[in-house]
Order: sequence, then C-alpha cells, then structure tokens
Amino acid sequence: MATGLSTHVTARRRPRRTRTLPDLAPVVFGLARLQVSYGRHRAVRDVTMTVHEREITALIGPSGCGKSTVLRSLNRMNDLVPGARVSGRVTYRGHDLYGPGVDPIEVRRRIGMVFQRPTPFAKSIYDNVAYGPRAAAGRRGRLRKAELDDRVEEALTGAALWDEVKDKLKSSGLALSGGQQQRLCIARAIAVRPDVMLMDEPCSALDPVATAKIEDLMLRLRHEMTIVIVTHHMHQAARVSDRTAFFTADTDSEGERHGRLVEYDATEKIFNRPADRRTEDYISGRFG
Amino acid sequence: MTSAHTASAPAEAEPQLQTPLTHRSLPRRAAPAVLLVALLAGLGLRLAGLALAWSAILAAVGYTVAIYSWSRAVEGTRKAFDRMVTAIVTSAFLLALLPLVSVLWTVVDRGSGRFDSEFFSYSMRGIVGEGGGAHHAIIGTLIVTGIAALISVPVGMLTAIYLVEYGRGRLARYITFFVDVMTGVPSIVAGLFAYALFELFYEAGVRMGIMGSVALSVLMIPIVVRSTEEMLKLVPNELREASYALAVPKWRTILRVVLPTAVAGIATGITLAIARVIGETAPLLVTAGVTASDNFNPFDGRMATLSVFSYNEYRSPGVPPEPSFDRAWAAALTLILIVMLLNLVARLISRLFAPKTRA
Ligand SMILES: Nc1ncnc2c1ncn2[C@@H]1O[C@H](COP(=O)(O)OP(=O)(O)O)[C@@H](O)[C@H]1O
Ligand SMILES: [Mg+2]
Repeated sequence: MATGLSTHVTARRRPRRTRTLPDLAPVVFGLARLQVSYGRHRAVRDVTMTVHEREITALIGPSGCGKSTVLRSLNRMNDLVPGARVSGRVTYRGHDLYGPGVDPIEVRRRIGMVFQRPTPFAKSIYDNVAYGPRAAAGRRGRLRKAELDDRVEEALTGAALWDEVKDKLKSSGLALSGGQQQRLCIARAIAVRPDVMLMDEPCSALDPVATAKIEDLMLRLRHEMTIVIVTHHMHQAARVSDRTAFFTADTDSEGERHGRLVEYDATEKIFNRPADRRTEDYISGRFG
Repeated sequence: MTSAHTASAPAEAEPQLQTPLTHRSLPRRAAPAVLLVALLAGLGLRLAGLALAWSAILAAVGYTVAIYSWSRAVEGTRKAFDRMVTAIVTSAFLLALLPLVSVLWTVVDRGSGRFDSEFFSYSMRGIVGEGGGAHHAIIGTLIVTGIAALISVPVGMLTAIYLVEYGRGRLARYITFFVDVMTGVPSIVAGLFAYALFELFYEAGVRMGIMGSVALSVLMIPIVVRSTEEMLKLVPNELREASYALAVPKWRTILRVVLPTAVAGIATGITLAIARVIGETAPLLVTAGVTASDNFNPFDGRMATLSVFSYNEYRSPGVPPEPSFDRAWAAALTLILIVMLLNLVARLISRLFAPKTRA
C-alpha cells in the first residue's frame, strides 16, 4: 500500500469491485519507446508503458491511432505484415521479444490473441478447440485422447461455453451464433494455456448480451492470466479494466498521422481525474 | 397536401402522396402472349418460304419491339427498358446455347448407333469393317489422363501454394509469368515437347502412353495452378492469423486451415482441368500414337485414346466407310459423356467438401 496509485483507487470505491493495484505486481510487458512502421508510414511511435500480471489493461482511443498495432507487436503478429517494422524495446517477463533467436511460435504459445471478428475454422467445435494443443503436441509426441478431451472441456468451460455445446461437440463451429463463435475463439486460445491473452475489440461485432458474457468471462480469466484488451467502447474499458492507456493520433508537419500514447494510469484515475486535457475530451465524448 | 399532424385533423386522415406508390402495369400474361404472337408470326414467315434463321431473328426482333412499345405506352420508360433488355439478354442466351445444343444433338444422334456393349468390350484388334469397339481407347484415355492428373495435381497445387503463401519478389513474379505463358501454349506444342523430351532418352519415333500424360500435364498444370491460386486467395487472411496466434507454424496452418477451407474449390478446379484435357487429340497423336489393340502399360509402346481413336476412324475409314464413321461418333459420344460425368463429379465434390455451417 506504499504507492500512491493504490490509495487513489481504494479511496473511491468502484461499483463493481474494489481492487488495489500494487505497482509491485510483476511486470509482464515492458514497452520502451516502441515504434511501429508500415513501410515508410510510422503508425505509432514513442510508446512507453508496462503491463502487470493478472491485470486487465485496456487500450482506448480513436480509430487509426495504433491500438491494434501496439497490441499486435506484443505477440509478434506484426511479423506477418510485409513491410512492418518494430523498433524500440518490448520485453516479456524480462526477455526481449524482438531479440535475436526469439522464436515467434514460442512467443505466441505464451501470448494468445483473440480478434475483432470471430474466426472459427471450418471444423467441428471439438476440433477448433483441440487445434492449438494438437499442434503443440505435434512437436513433442502425441497427446492421448483422454488428455485432449480434458483440455477441450477445460477450455470450453473456461470460456463459459461448455454447457451450451457439450452435446454437439462434433457439429461445425460455424453453426454457432456470433457471440458463441467469439467464445469458441476464446476457448481455442485458452486451450493453448497462454500466460497472456491479447484481445482486439473482441466485442465490437457482438450484441449487448453477448458482450456482457464476454466481459464476465474476462473478469474471471483475470485470475489466471494477464489480459490486454483494445476497445473503442469506453464503458467497457471502465467496467473491466484495471489500467487504461489512452492513445491518440496527431498530424505532424508533413501531414502524416502518427499514433501516440497520451496517458496511462489506473482506470479509475483515467476516467475520473485524467491528467491530460485530450483524455478528458475523449472520455467525455467531446471528440473521437 | 393535407397534414395529419395538426391537432385539429382527424387521426385517421391519410396524407396524400404526391406520386402514387403503384404504377399501371401490363396484364400478368402480357409477355408470354406477345411471345406467342411473335413465334406464330415467325412460323408464318417460315411457312411462307423464308429461311429458318431469318424467321427466328425476325420473331425475336418483333417480340422485343412489340413488348417495348406496349410497355412504354402503359408502364413508362423504366419498366419498358427493363423488358427490352430482358428480351435481348434472353435472345443472346438462346443464341449462345444454339451451338452447344446442336453439337450435342449431332453427337447423340450419330453416336448412339454403335453405343452398344460390343463397343465397350472389344478393341479393334483384327477388325476389318463392321463390329469392334473402343475398349482399348477408353482404358487408354483413363490411364493417360489419370497419370497426367497424378503429375499435374501435386505440381500445380504446390506451385499455387508457393505463389499465394510464400512467394514474394522476383521468383514468384517469374513463376507467375511462366504460368501465364504456359496457359497459352498450343496443345500440339505440348505434344511435340513431350515427344522431343522422350526422344532424348529413347529412339526416334518413340510412342508411349506416359508421353501422352506428360504432354497433357503441360496443358493441365497451368490450369490447376490458376484455379488453386484463386481458391487460396479466397481464404480470409483472418483465418491464417487466427491460426498463427495459436502458436501454429505456417506449414501446419496451410495444411490444417488454409487447404481444408479451400478444398471444395480446389477439387472442383482440378476436376474441370481434367475435363479440359481429356479430349485433347493433337498432342496424343504425336505421343501416345495409334494402335488397334489393348495396351495398358503406359511405359511400353503405343496406347490408344478416345479422341485419337475417333480421329483415326474418321480419317482412314475402311471399305465401306460407314462402320468406321459410326465408331468415331460413338467414341465422341463416350468422350462427351465422360466430360459431363466429370462436371457432375465437380459439383458433387464442391457440395461434399464445402465447409459445413450446419450440424
Ligand atoms: N497492415 C497494415 N499495413 C499498412 N498500414 C497499416 C496496417 N495496419 C494498420 N495500418 C496503419 O496503422 C495505423 C494504425 O492502425 P491500427 O493499429 O489498426 O489502429 P486502431 O487499431 O487504433 O484503429 C493506421 O494509420 C493504419 O492505416
Ligand atoms: Mg484496431
């Protein structure tokens, strides 16, 4: 309780839960002057922040300010975009993510990702969830059937989908509703047993009921893993996250738009007493 | 316009629309009736001695003009234009269908004469005049085309996978260019290529079934590459990313996500590519050659094929020539039936393999 941050948060009780934010929680990601360019266009620059263990960190800001870009640099998804270049430093539990000899596959085994649009594969529900574990097992011997069954059930239960699909595991993942598909994708990611889950606007294609389910799910998952979520939905950030980073894009003298981090603090503080004028304008809906 | 919103107006008062929601339209059976009249007029012209083609054209033009003017008078310009374009497009469709129907009709008509069990169970060994069959040619076609598919499908699919999933830069551009070039290679050139290739290893004048397969592969590979490429491009990138995000390596992503998602289209493309080359004649003539007997060993000597058989029966008939001509037509009919069957199989495959959205 030595830090100023935690006293701020406990001073004002939040309706949903009270939680102190010890700055002493282990740092999962450390970003130092991160800059990502696509070709010659610098999409986002000068991002310095830390992500802490077992917390939900929200990235908010107007569209095009580089939230997804920052998120995708955390599990090296940007490697897949031709021309994308990352500079600055990103560490994961003290290891340089972009250091020499780092295997992106190993990175992504620890850092899972859920995307904006649900992307179930054209396979059965069971095979969708078993997909990740099977691939991982492919490299060190086969997984026994019973073991795989357990993993699938565990993941589907973890994604709050088990009760709805346990009788139709063999039917296609594409036959589910949008919200169920997204939870299937979360289950699929959980099945790999990642340490961190990155979520890029996971609810933006869903209706309010499905959104509420996913938010509940995130709050439960937080006990087991660290979550970083991009959302354009400020209420969502306020409801679920522990810390919030506000990004914006400004235009330089050559007319190019660069995303940058404006403010990063406890969610409670960002939404009640933002330090920066731009943050205040954004969350009060005056722009963006 | 009366206002329904003022407090004094009764709530039920319907506001008047400046333009009505409904238009006057032609009676429901107007189009068929006009068509009937046009057809009768065409028939009249034909009976009066005008050529069939002219009668048909005049009937079509008459129908278009009549329906357009009537519709314009009653329904207005937009609807009239719609009816006119419908008439023109339908006529164009019928016109395009004409050669197809005509060819089919001719082949069925002339080919059915010898389309009997003897045709399917006998070769031409020792046959002069009547009788005989295309047993050797049917099996030969299946063997030659089958081997061609065995060569082309892996090569074509792997090329397409390279181009879509891995290819960047110069090599990919060269490959794309050469695939384009190969698409335009005349089939006889493919045959001569295969001949020249095998002549390097065997004596001049060599003929083997496998040579035909190689020639057909040259024609088939670019088709397989193109169609597979198109299908792979249709697989959303999001699916690939979702797989990578699950710590799955690229090769496994391609094998387990990309290919299964595209398999229906790829299988259809391959089937159509087979259908496309199975009727080739010229390249087989200079590679697999002509023979009257069964030979089912593609690595040893001449091998008959349906198209070459048909061609040969027609080019050098016996005396009298009719039995040969009948066999030629029957072979053509068999070939058409095989191609139709392949098209059916293609549709079945795409239905069967299509990603299941239902339980
Ligand atoms: N694959 C890409 N190739 C080129 N430019 C990109 C790509 N992805 C994003 N960008 C650019 O990077 C900037 C930030 O995009 P993004 O991170 O998607 O923003 P956000 O998620 O905040 O809406 C935008 O200007 C966008 O045009
Ligand atoms: Mg985004």
